[in-house]
Amino acid sequence: MNIHEYQAKELLTKFGADNPRGSVARTAAEAEKVARDLGTDSIVVKAQIHAGGRGKGTFTNGFQGGVHLCKTAAEARDIAGRMIGQTLVTHQTGPGGRLVNQVLVAESVEIEKEFYFAILLDRATGAPVIVASREGGMDIEEVAARSPEKILREAVDPAFGLQPYQTRKLAQELGFAPGQTRAAGRLFAALYRCFISSDCSMVEINPLVLTKGGGVLALDAKFSFDDNALFRHPDIVALRDIGEEDPREVAASEHHLSYIGLDGNIGCMVNGAGLAMATMDIIKHHGGDPANFLDVGGGASEEQVTEAFKILLSDAKVKAILVNIFGGIMRCDVIAQGVLNAVKAVKLEIPLVVRLEGTNVEQGRKLLAESGLPIVTATDLDTAASEIVKLAAKN
Amino acid sequence: MSVLVDKNTRLVVQGITGKSGAFHTRNCMEYGTNVVAGVTPARGGETFDDKVPVFDTVHEARRETGCNATMIFVPPEFAADAILEAADAGVELIVCITEGIPVMDMMRVKKLLQSSPSRLIGPNCPGIITPGQCKIGIMPGYIHQPGHIGVVSRSGTLTYEAVWQLTSRGVGQSTCIGIGGDPIIGTTTLDAVQLFAGDPDTHGIILIGEIGGSAEEEAAAWLKVHCDKPVAGFIAGATAPPGRRMGHAGAIISGGKGTAAAKKEALRDAGIAVAETPSTIADTLLAVMK
Repeated sequence: MNIHEYQAKELLTKFGADNPRGSVARTAAEAEKVARDLGTDSIVVKAQIHAGGRGKGTFTNGFQGGVHLCKTAAEARDIAGRMIGQTLVTHQTGPGGRLVNQVLVAESVEIEKEFYFAILLDRATGAPVIVASREGGMDIEEVAARSPEKILREAVDPAFGLQPYQTRKLAQELGFAPGQTRAAGRLFAALYRCFISSDCSMVEINPLVLTKGGGVLALDAKFSFDDNALFRHPDIVALRDIGEEDPREVAASEHHLSYIGLDGNIGCMVNGAGLAMATMDIIKHHGGDPANFLDVGGGASEEQVTEAFKILLSDAKVKAILVNIFGGIMRCDVIAQGVLNAVKAVKLEIPLVVRLEGTNVEQGRKLLAESGLPIVTATDLDTAASEIVKLAAKN
Repeated sequence: MSVLVDKNTRLVVQGITGKSGAFHTRNCMEYGTNVVAGVTPARGGETFDDKVPVFDTVHEARRETGCNATMIFVPPEFAADAILEAADAGVELIVCITEGIPVMDMMRVKKLLQSSPSRLIGPNCPGIITPGQCKIGIMPGYIHQPGHIGVVSRSGTLTYEAVWQLTSRGVGQSTCIGIGGDPIIGTTTLDAVQLFAGDPDTHGIILIGEIGGSAEEEAAAWLKVHCDKPVAGFIAGATAPPGRRMGHAGAIISGGKGTAAAKKEALRDAGIAVAETPSTIADTLLAVMK
């Protein structure tokens, strides 16, 4: 789940992590008021969409750029008026762009120095690790590849949390002057509290800045949340913006199906995440292109199978469908019945290959064979994949 | 021989009275697993299916039945606590099937288990089976056959796929361990291959991995130096887009790390035969065992 920049800012503030003053505005008039209340002549107005590349984006009304600097509240009002309710296209949104419903109006701070600061989960040790660098504002992967010695790593014991000495050590190693280490340490500690308390899998601050006035601020924040922990964070769940998500993925999540949209033309329905990935791989191996990842899980019902089918068919790019089920907990006859119900319900007009294996496989195959529907059955995965690739190419 | 579980395993099931706990307990018992106890808080004194005594705590179950392994079906919000309870009661092997445990909970569990002699398998895993002797988990028993191939995998159904390929070719398995698809797990790929390398009855190893993390790379580096048994590997997720979690919480390429290509390269570098597609996993191993 992703959140908007203004929401990230509100989350930072909640945990006492200093960041530039500012607030969200949903109308031009609101933007003017926020700008006036800031009481500064250094203002930035930023369109709020999840995709990156906003600064270089273009609105479909012709207005250039999703990020603008200005000096007065009247200017902020004018800029916000050209953004709100308009569609912004960036290199990350695709040609359709994203509708801008709100803007962030904030103080534009004068930067003395930029840093990179992130807290993430180190899978190898099973503990949080802080990754920081003096090379802020840059792509951290590039820095890591070019000059790995410039990346600092500080492991945190999950049982005891980030210790004050660790924040001082980090501040010093990042080159903060003695008078600034207290402010830097306070920000690091607040970010760690935010990471733990919000069940994040990553908090990335790029850049974290030292201002000309000597302040230490989180200028931009990117959050990744642990989906498994959302049940205990209704406040974070409330930040979800469905308008920013792939509608196919939204529909799938409503039916507790794990779905990820891709760009190919072969729809896949599989049980188990590993087998679902492997099925995509074998389609590619045979020269085809998967349209999605879809794991119906270990115990999907007939209804879920039907819903999964509807989602696959709602994608106009899909030219053929491959169902690959290894029935362990899930019985093959149940799957077959679900497939048949779905095919009858949705009026299938594209080729369908079904590969079943496992519990009650004979009953499952019999159901499909006796249905009189144009379903191609395959007994092994390799045949199923080569068959579906051929059929998709023909269709 | 086998690793970790055999006919002497005495199993307790935490969450035995829940829907899936009960269903899979019955399947394990039918397979021949010696289920000696169940635990559901506030349900102590009941008897599951007229056969298995239910206790309120794992400590009580351990004291009364001498159980030495546990299978956990407790819902995700309580599962970390269930693992810690089993470890505190001294249960030697903890198999946690539960999917969806928060990562922060698992961080604390992992930390605490470092000072415990108990071994954790999972969470978010199908479990462990020594064919013909003991099944702890949700895998379909009948696809397995006793034999000499050790299988370790981060995925459930993909493991069944590989096991079925072996069995269909008349090749049995010593033990199959599903280690789970989460970013923080107990027994790792490396731990599992070390067990197989040290088991005289395991003559070949299948290692099934997927994108995300570096578990396969670590196992490959160790195998290269310490093991001369034939090993075949498969990595799922070659076509997965970066930055997206592919069903399993741990199956994500982040910051360009954990790609299928890099993992396959690491396996090959260690002299491990890599199956190009999931339909050739068994054949890839059998080819190098000749």
